[in-house]
Amino acid sequence: MASMRDIKRRRSSIQSTGQITKAMKLVSTVKLQRTKQAAQNSKGYFDYMYRTVSSMLAKAGQIEHPYVKGNESDKKAVVMITGNRGLAGGYNSNIVKLVTRGDLKKEDMIIYTLGKKGREAMNRHGYTLAEDYSTMIDAPEYVDAMRLSATLLSAYRAGEIGEIYLAYTNFKNTVVHEPKLMKLLPVDKAEQIEGPVEEIQGSEAPMNFEPEEEEALDMIIPKYVTSIIYGGMIESVASENGARMQAMDNATTNAEEMIDKLTLQYNRARQGSITQELTEIIAGSQAQS
Amino acid sequence: MAEENSNIFDVRVITPDRTFYVGEATMVEFNTTEGEIGIYKKHIPMTVIIKPGVLTITGEEVKKAALHSGFAEILGDSVTILAEVIEWPDEIDEMRAMAAKERAERLLLERDPKTDIARVETALQRAMARINVLH
Repeated sequence: MASMRDIKRRRSSIQSTGQITKAMKLVSTVKLQRTKQAAQNSKGYFDYMYRTVSSMLAKAGQIEHPYVKGNESDKKAVVMITGNRGLAGGYNSNIVKLVTRGDLKKEDMIIYTLGKKGREAMNRHGYTLAEDYSTMIDAPEYVDAMRLSATLLSAYRAGEIGEIYLAYTNFKNTVVHEPKLMKLLPVDKAEQIEGPVEEIQGSEAPMNFEPEEEEALDMIIPKYVTSIIYGGMIESVASENGARMQAMDNATTNAEEMIDKLTLQYNRARQGSITQELTEIIAGSQAQS
Repeated sequence: MAEENSNIFDVRVITPDRTFYVGEATMVEFNTTEGEIGIYKKHIPMTVIIKPGVLTITGEEVKKAALHSGFAEILGDSVTILAEVIEWPDEIDEMRAMAAKERAERLLLERDPKTDIARVETALQRAMARINVLH
C-alpha cells in the first residue's frame, strides 16, 4: 500500500487540478452564453442569405457564370476553423479528422487555417498550408470574414484554386455540436434546390434582377461566401465554448471522484499505521514484563 | 402580416450581427447600383444591390439610417434588406465622417495613379451617406 505521505501529496495535486478545471468551466459557461447569443442573432441573416442565393440560382436557369461553373484548377481551398486553445474535448480533433478523412485528395488541398490547434495538426500531417488567420477566431468580426473571402475569391478568379470548402463545427445546441464540411464554390445547383426555395418561388411572380442576373451574382456571391464564413466562425466559437464547458465539467467530476477514493485510501492507511503502532507498543510492553 | 387592402407592407432589415429593424411601412427608399429607388406596396418582385446611401423608412414615423452595403429582396408585400453595414444616426461619428469625406475628396483631386479610385469613391459615398443621414 502506498504510504500516507504519497497519498496525501497525490490528493492535494488532484484537488488543485480540480479547482482549475472548475474555474475553466465557469469561464467557458459565461463565454458560451455570449457566443450562443451571437450565433442566434445572426442565424436569420444567414438563413435568408442562403435562401436568396438558392432561389436566385434556381430561377436564373442556365447561367454561365464562373462562380457556378467552376474553373480548370484541381486545387481545393479548405477553410478550417478550430480553436486557438486545447482542453476542449474532441472539438479540435474532430475537425482535423473530418478534413483528413480523405473526402478530398491530400495533394489537391490548400488549407486556410483559423485556429492554432488545427494549423499545428495539419502541419504535422504534412498538408499544404496557406496563410494563418488564427487571430480572427478570438473575436470574430464581419470585416475579418470579408478580408478572408476577398483573398479566397481573388485566388479563385485567378484560377489558382478550383473549389472552396469550409470545415467548421455546427452549433446545434449546448451539448450537440457536429463538425461539417461544406462546399462554398462553385455553388452547387443540385444541392441548393431543396426545401424553402419553393415557398418563395411558388406563389410569387418571377423574380427580377437589377442589375442583370450575372452582374448581380457577381456582387451577391462574394457576400454569400463572406456570410457563410462568418457564420461558420461564430458557430464554431460557440461550439468550442460548449465543448470546453462539457470537457471541464467531466474533468471536475472525475477529479472529485478521485479525491473521494484517495481520501478513503488515506484514512485506511492512517488507521493501518495507528493499529500497527499500537500493536508494536503492546508487544513491546508484554516483552518487558 | 400587413392588411390586404392597405398600403402598408412589412420591412425587415437584418445584419450579420443583429436584427436591425422589423416593422411596417408605407414607403422605403434607398440607393442601389442602378440609382435611388422608392418602394411602395405591390412592387414587382426584384432583387437589387445596395450602394452607400440613406435608407428612409416611412411608416407611422420616418426613420433614417446610413446603409452602406448589402442587397435587398423586394416582394409585393415585403421588403427584406440584408445589410452588411448599416448604422442608426446616433451610432455615427460626424467628425470622423467629415474627415473621411475630406480625405477621399483630396485623394480624388490628386489623381495619383497609385490610388484605387473605385475604393476611394466608395469611401466618399459612405462618408456622404453618414453625413446626409445626420442632416
